[in-house]
Amino acid sequence: MELQSLFFAFLAIFAIASAVVTIASKHPVKSAMSLIVHFFSLAGLYLTLNAEFVSIVQILVYAGAIMVLVVFVIMLLNLGDEEKLKLKFNLRFVFASLFGVVLVFQLVSAFLVNPDVINVLPTASLKIGTAEAIGKELYTNYIIPFEAISFLLLAAIVGAVMLAKKKID
Amino acid sequence: MLENIPQDYYLALSAILFTIGTIGVLTRRNAIIIFMSIEIMLNAVNLTLVSFSAFMGDQAGQIFVFFVMAVAAAEAAVGLAIVLGLFRLKQSIYVDEVNIMKW
Repeated sequence: MELQSLFFAFLAIFAIASAVVTIASKHPVKSAMSLIVHFFSLAGLYLTLNAEFVSIVQILVYAGAIMVLVVFVIMLLNLGDEEKLKLKFNLRFVFASLFGVVLVFQLVSAFLVNPDVINVLPTASLKIGTAEAIGKELYTNYIIPFEAISFLLLAAIVGAVMLAKKKID
Repeated sequence: MLENIPQDYYLALSAILFTIGTIGVLTRRNAIIIFMSIEIMLNAVNLTLVSFSAFMGDQAGQIFVFFVMAVAAAEAAVGLAIVLGLFRLKQSIYVDEVNIMKW
């Protein structure tokens, strides 16, 4: 019991810290590396919720595919450190942190004042997170959205190639 | 199995991560870092969906996370292609220097 709380606290602190480093570091490569740490700690959090399939897909898709794409584009553009916005930066930062404090207060208070929240993970959660259960559901009840998402991915790939290639004319 | 962490903790963590992503979108000028902040926000929402799915014992939340991830992958491909095109046009990816769509 004690060990599990420790595991959750460790992953949560790691997730928050790496997210902060992602948005605060000047160089985009540092941001990308800490975002990979963020994705791995979220995969660990999904494991604490017995969602094995989602956890593996998180590592494969986010840390594997998307971050490779991001790092590749950063390397391609050969960017340096971001210099500060001279005049507007302070106002923008003050506004953003004010907005952030209000947002986090609203969201956290909405959750924490609610007394009748479920505190114990039901045993049913052990069965629903496996690749077998998700696959069965995905290929029977959710077959139409599944096919639609494959068309969306195809359209996105063709669109990305069209956008990124040089003009022919 | 893990039985003693209430769902509030997951929801509060998700709210904090979503706020960090929002602050990143609002304060940064580098288009790629704004893009990564959007990924943080998407992941915070995914954490909420998975925690509700697990605590309610309902599978639909995890299926939905799968679809969110597919849409995020599509968004990554198109968004980075737009960043590449922008860099080719302006030699810069700072969003406050881009005003080609401004009326």
